Amino acid sequence: MAYETFNHDVLVIGSGGAGLRAAIEASSQGVTVAVVCRSLLGKAHTVMAEGGVAAALGNVDDRDGWKVHFTDTMRGGQYMNNWRMAELHAKEAPARVNELEAWGAVFDRTEDGRILQRNFGGHKYPRLAHVGDRTGLEMIRTLQDHGIHQGIDVYQEYTVVSLLKNGDKVVGAFAYDREKGHFKIFQAKAVIVATGGMGRIYKISSNSWDCTGGGISIAYHAGAELIDMEFVQFHPTGMVWPPSVRGLLITEGVRGEGGVLRNKDGKRFMFDDIPDLYKAQTSIDEEEGWRYTQGDKNAKRPPELLTRDHVARCIRREVKAGRGSPHGGVFLDIAWIKEKLPNAAEHIKRKLPSMYHQFKELAGVDITKEPMEVGPTTHYIMGGVKVDADSQMTSVPGLFATGECAAGLHGANRLGGNSLSDLLVFGKRAGEYAANYAKENGGVRIDEAEVERMAAWSLAPFERGASGENPFEIQNQLQDMMQDLVGIVRNESDLDVSIEKLEEFEKRARNVGCNGNRGFNPGWHTAIELNHMITVAKAIAISAKERKESRGGHFREDFPDKSEDFSKVNVTLKKGSGENIEIRKVPKTAVREDLKQIIDEMK
Amino acid sequence: MAIVSFKIWRTNESGDKFQDFDVDISEGMVVLDAVHQIQAEQANDLAVRWNCKAGKCGSCSAEINGHPKLMCMTRMDDMPKDKPVTIQPMKAFPVIRDLVTDVSRNYRIKKKIKKFKPRPPDATDGTWRMHQSDIDRVQEFRKCIECFLCQDVCHVWREHELHDEFAGPRHMVYTAALEMHPLDIEDRRRDLKEKAGIGFCNITKCCTNVCPENIAITDNAIIPLKERVADHFYDPLMRLFSIFGKKK
Repeated sequence: MAYETFNHDVLVIGSGGAGLRAAIEASSQGVTVAVVCRSLLGKAHTVMAEGGVAAALGNVDDRDGWKVHFTDTMRGGQYMNNWRMAELHAKEAPARVNELEAWGAVFDRTEDGRILQRNFGGHKYPRLAHVGDRTGLEMIRTLQDHGIHQGIDVYQEYTVVSLLKNGDKVVGAFAYDREKGHFKIFQAKAVIVATGGMGRIYKISSNSWDCTGGGISIAYHAGAELIDMEFVQFHPTGMVWPPSVRGLLITEGVRGEGGVLRNKDGKRFMFDDIPDLYKAQTSIDEEEGWRYTQGDKNAKRPPELLTRDHVARCIRREVKAGRGSPHGGVFLDIAWIKEKLPNAAEHIKRKLPSMYHQFKELAGVDITKEPMEVGPTTHYIMGGVKVDADSQMTSVPGLFATGECAAGLHGANRLGGNSLSDLLVFGKRAGEYAANYAKENGGVRIDEAEVERMAAWSLAPFERGASGENPFEIQNQLQDMMQDLVGIVRNESDLDVSIEKLEEFEKRARNVGCNGNRGFNPGWHTAIELNHMITVAKAIAISAKERKESRGGHFREDFPDKSEDFSKVNVTLKKGSGENIEIRKVPKTAVREDLKQIIDEMK
Repeated sequence: MAIVSFKIWRTNESGDKFQDFDVDISEGMVVLDAVHQIQAEQANDLAVRWNCKAGKCGSCSAEINGHPKLMCMTRMDDMPKDKPVTIQPMKAFPVIRDLVTDVSRNYRIKKKIKKFKPRPPDATDGTWRMHQSDIDRVQEFRKCIECFLCQDVCHVWREHELHDEFAGPRHMVYTAALEMHPLDIEDRRRDLKEKAGIGFCNITKCCTNVCPENIAITDNAIIPLKERVADHFYDPLMRLFSIFGKKK
């Protein structure tokens, strides 16, 4: 074959928390493992996770346990979750977190020396193991530093363009190295896609550069089914000013530590609208809310810690009604706790060091003295590649997906902290099952004609050169369009327009050009990635149009209520012939009886 | 707000040189925003590494007006207005293209450092007990985002080019985090002396000054490690013990 070819039993695409955990597990099963990542090792979006990793360790409140975590996750997801994934996740998360400690992670401690846990939206008890507000960094570094000694081959700064198949089976991937732009072939018996989310298809996003939805797109094009793509999480608290940092995340931990949301009149507007599902669990006044954040076990959660979808919509409502902050957000105030605590400024700096730093450096705001201006930001996609709950295998044999690019665990809305535990629990499972699959299946053969076709397709932007369109310009327009038409509040006519526009973008993406050579050329990288971004954007818009109800992260102003019919189905997409997308509403399987009982008991 | 001139290092088949760009700067912009704007509008092939644009991943290290910094955390407001902003790749690493350097050496060095080795668990459920006061120092080291600015500015590498002899400040911090980890039972002192070349550091604190995470690299990591190495290898009493130890 003309291109350099690498052979491994298991190929992991992506080196965030899920990819690394999968690679570590697969490698420990005695198979050969490659990790391919677009960025340098340790830079993936996991590094940006702040608040913590959810696991019912019960270190701070011993009333916690897997059943409570399971119920919280299902309630938060508006029961759209894959219940088996929610069960496995709640049961296995504590062991996965403790395992990190055995690999060198240094979590904050309780008084008696155990892993400390904090409150977070939608979690009944303090459940998030954390390290200040840089938990993601701790996790990725722990996995990275452990992983490099496990005999895994890491290919840094390689981009996977497409998956390679032989018949029904996945047999590897077609890639190029970013440094030189040379094409590479990865042959593998099993492939795990762990490429994270897609926040970068929106203009206002908390996501890292890497989050372009690439893995969801390559899996889709290889024939894997996608589900729940309409469920996009808009995190309620992103920075809104100055413009260059718009969307940058402010951890929910600020509210967990006692931060409150106010409108321009100084009113705590979150008390105005508390959903029925959460009435019994929400504090009745500000005093009770404060006591909750300070660990009073008899107090109930303040409404600022309701689920993210709800808080985001309340903020949008205040801004629309003209009660917002000067730059189109609302105020998030942690400085007020000085009325309650001595040394409040020091306390805030210790508990929320990155937030303090981020506002001081980038906005010139001292959060120990003044409120922050915040507004919703695209944060996470609950939907993604459909997988088997236990094994994480997709509908394509040999292809696995795990982490944010896989769907099911979070249903219609994800609880904070459940993504980091998702990465660990299902990263491990994907690694284990992919290794087993690799052991049982062999005889990988690459289709050379397909490779040549992909190589020619990849190089086409160079042939067009300056006569082609600027890929960055299309990318910007795509982000603006998604923000305007497929954002936090949706309706049929906007979605129709968005789908039309996406078809135009698709055509234009086929006509992008790039100049220069193939060595580390961002224009070329963007020209290729743009196709993936459009594929994922289209999947979101089409699914959003299909779901004619409002639930979790998906809100339709033309169908503002939940619908019984839609509660029973997943909108499922599959690549049809040519550019055609097959859309189906696939009935969900009924929750197992014992789990149903648990949910009912805890209502 | 204003038009600002930039001089950005470009690698080129016909020779490497600065290229001039003008950028319309708006409120709150950081240097990385300006570089992105240039990339999107004037030079699609301008190579730059970045991921989070929030000071958390440590990808966008470069030398801005000669100072090693993260481009995403350097505000345009803080740049002098009367002269162009110059941006160069990190000097202590080979250039791949434009602002992108080959930092793979760092990954190779880290792999050679003995990994974390915990003592047996303290509790029957396989967990450990550690007190917050005992991990504060280690948590300071673990804030490191691996931007490698400390490696870039370290004169042992930058001026003396002793890349093979000295592991550099980042790996001193990494080793310190392991050595001072309350659970770790590995001994890395001989490696520090013989492989990592800790003796090459003459504590000029250049690394500490550029650390975007404000880790007190020299005072809290390197000096205590030097002391541990010195106690182990040069303390006369300890040497006596080790001689007797060997005879056993």
